[in-house]
Amino acid sequence: MTLIDLANPSRFLALSARVLPWLAAATVILLTIGLYQSATAPDDYQQGATVKIMFIHVPNAWLSMFVWGVMSVASLGTLVWRHPLADVAAKSAAPIGAAFTFLALLTGSLWGRPMWGTYWEWDARLTSVLILFLMYLGLMALWRAVEDPSRAARAAAVLTLVGAINLPIIKFSVDWWNTLHQPASVMRMGGSTLDKSFLIPLLVMAVAFTLLFVTLHLAAMRNEILRRRVRSLQMMQASQKAA
Amino acid sequence: MTALAALIRRDIRIALRVGGGALIGVLFFLTVVVLMPFAVGPDLAQLARLGPSILWLGALLASLLTLDRLFMADHEDGSLDLITMSRTPLELACASKALAHWLAAGLPLIVATPVLGLLLNLDMVSTGAVALTLLAGTPALTFTGMIGAALAVTLHRGGLLMAVLVLPLSIPVLIFGVAASQAAITGPLSFGAPFSILCALSLVSLVIGPFAAAASLKHGLD
Amino acid sequence: MQLSGRGVTCVRGGREVFTGLDFEAISGEAMAVVGRNGSGKTSLLRLIAGLLIPAGGTIALGGGDTELTLPEQCHYLGHRDALKPALSVAENLAFWADFLGGERFDAAESLAAVGLDYTTDLPAAFLSAGQRRRLSLARLLTVRRPVWLLDEPTTALDVAGQDMFGGLMRDHLASGGLIVAATHAPLGIEARELRIGGMA
Repeated sequence: MTLIDLANPSRFLALSARVLPWLAAATVILLTIGLYQSATAPDDYQQGATVKIMFIHVPNAWLSMFVWGVMSVASLGTLVWRHPLADVAAKSAAPIGAAFTFLALLTGSLWGRPMWGTYWEWDARLTSVLILFLMYLGLMALWRAVEDPSRAARAAAVLTLVGAINLPIIKFSVDWWNTLHQPASVMRMGGSTLDKSFLIPLLVMAVAFTLLFVTLHLAAMRNEILRRRVRSLQMMQASQKAA
Repeated sequence: MTALAALIRRDIRIALRVGGGALIGVLFFLTVVVLMPFAVGPDLAQLARLGPSILWLGALLASLLTLDRLFMADHEDGSLDLITMSRTPLELACASKALAHWLAAGLPLIVATPVLGLLLNLDMVSTGAVALTLLAGTPALTFTGMIGAALAVTLHRGGLLMAVLVLPLSIPVLIFGVAASQAAITGPLSFGAPFSILCALSLVSLVIGPFAAAASLKHGLD
Repeated sequence: MQLSGRGVTCVRGGREVFTGLDFEAISGEAMAVVGRNGSGKTSLLRLIAGLLIPAGGTIALGGGDTELTLPEQCHYLGHRDALKPALSVAENLAFWADFLGGERFDAAESLAAVGLDYTTDLPAAFLSAGQRRRLSLARLLTVRRPVWLLDEPTTALDVAGQDMFGGLMRDHLASGGLIVAATHAPLGIEARELRIGGMA
C-alpha cells in the first residue's frame, strides 16, 4: 500500500478502521503506565507535590505546537498538491489542537497558582500559549463560517501557514516584551538537570499524549469524511428533486 | 510597471473621492483616542505616560478595520476577476493595492498623530517618536491585514471574523512599536534595537502579505 | 488558432456540474454555450478564464501567443461590469487599458463605437445599466485580446445596442478572433451551439 492509495478516502476509511483499535489500546496502556509513574514520582524539594502538574502540562504544551505543525503540513497538501485528504486532516485537527492548548493553559495556570499567588500572571510562556489558543479559535471560527468545506479549505490553509510563520515571531516578541516588564518565568524545567525520576514519566506521558492525538485525529478525520459524504448525498437528492 | 502604477493611481483616486473611505480611518482614530481619557481619567500626567500606547492601539485598530474592503469592493464589481486574469502577477497586484491603501489611509493617520499627541499631553520628542514608529510599523499592519482582506473575499465573510483572525498576528508589531516609542521617551532601553526589529517586521510582512493574499485569492473566486 | 477542451469536468461545492465535456472553437468562429439554468454555462467560461480549476480534463489554446497563458489572451465579460462609480467613463476605460496592457487602440474611438462618446467625463455612477454594459464593451475594443469570453452579453442592451454589438462581434471574428458566449437569447450572429447539462 503506497501513499497514493491512501489518498483515496475509501482506502483511508478501510485502513484507519483496522488501525484505530490498536492505536486506542496502545494509548490506554501508555497513559496508564505514565499516570502511575507520575503519581509515584517523588515530590520536588521546592515545589512539593505541585510539580506533578508538569506531567500533564508539558505534554499538552508540546501537543499545542505539534498539532499546528501537523495542520501546516496538511495546509501545504491543500495548497500545493491539492491532496483530497489534506483539508480533511487540517479541519479535524483544529478542535483537537485547541483542546490540548486549553488544557496547557489550564494546567499552567493551576501550576502557577501556588507560586504566583494568582491564577493568571502575564508570564511569557503562558502568554504565548494564550495567543496560540486565540489563533486556534480563530481558525475554528473560519471553518464554521462557511458552509462549503472546499472553499473554506483554501482560506484556512493560507491562515494556518501564515500562523506557522508568525508563531516563532510572536513567541520571540512576547519573550522580549516579558523581559522588559518583569523577571523571567518561574515555570522552568531545569533543562538538562531534570532528574531521571522526572524525565522518564515525562517522556512516557509525552508519547502517550501524542498517541492520544493520533487516535483522536484519525477518528475525527473519519467522521469528517463521512459527514462530507452525507452532505454530497443530500445535495444529489436536492438536485434530483429539482430535475 | 504602467499596470501597477495605474492600479495604485486608481485605488488612491477612489479612496479620496466621494464614497471612498480614506478619511473615515482618521476619524475613527480620533474617536478612539478621544474615548481613552473617559476610560482612564483626565489626569494629564497619566495620559502622557499612556499616550504612546493609546496612539498605537488607535492606529492599529484604525488601519486594520479600514482594510476590510480592500479586495471585497473589487470582487463585488467583477474587477478582481480581470485583475486575476491579467498579465500582471497577482502577488504584485496585491502588493500595489496594499501600497495604495497605505498611502491613502495609513499616511493620514501619521499626519494626524501630532494633533492627537497634543490632546494626550505628549511633548515634541514623544510625539515625534510615536509618529516615527507609526511610519515604520503601519506598513506591517497594512500588509498583514491584507491577508485578512483576501480571506474575506474567499470566505464571502468580512467584519469581525477578519479582525479575530488578523489581530493576533499583529501583536509583534504592537509590542515593538510601543516599546520603541517608550524607549525614545523614557529609556532606559536604547531606541535602536526595538525600532530596527519593527522595521524588520515591516519588511517581512511586505513579502509574506502579498504571497499569502494571492494564494488565497487565486482560484478562490467563486 | 483553436480553443479546445478535452474531458472537462467541473465540480462546484461538492456537486458535479458537468463531466467529460469536449468542445472546440476555431478563430473566426463563435461558439454559443446553451443549457438550462444551473447547467454550468458561467462555470465553463470561468474555467476557460482560469478563474476556476477543472476537477478533470484540460483546456488549451493552440496557435496563440506561446509566451502567454490562456487567461492572459482572453477578455472576460461577466455579469458584473468591473466599473468604479467614483471614476469617470474615460478614467474607467483608461485604467483597464493601462492595467491589462498589450496591443491597444484609441479609447475615444472605442467609446464612439459603442455610442458613449458624449459621456466621456461623467462619473460612471450616472450611467444606466445599458450604458454600463456599453462601457464594458468599449474595454474589449480598446485592448486587443484574441479570445472573447462573454457571459449573457446582450442583457441590458436595447435593440440598437444589440445590433451594434453584433457588428462588433462580426468585426472581431473577421479579424481572426474567437468568441465563446454563454447565452439564453439569440446572439445576433451565426454561432455553433454547444449544449451542456442535457436538454433544456
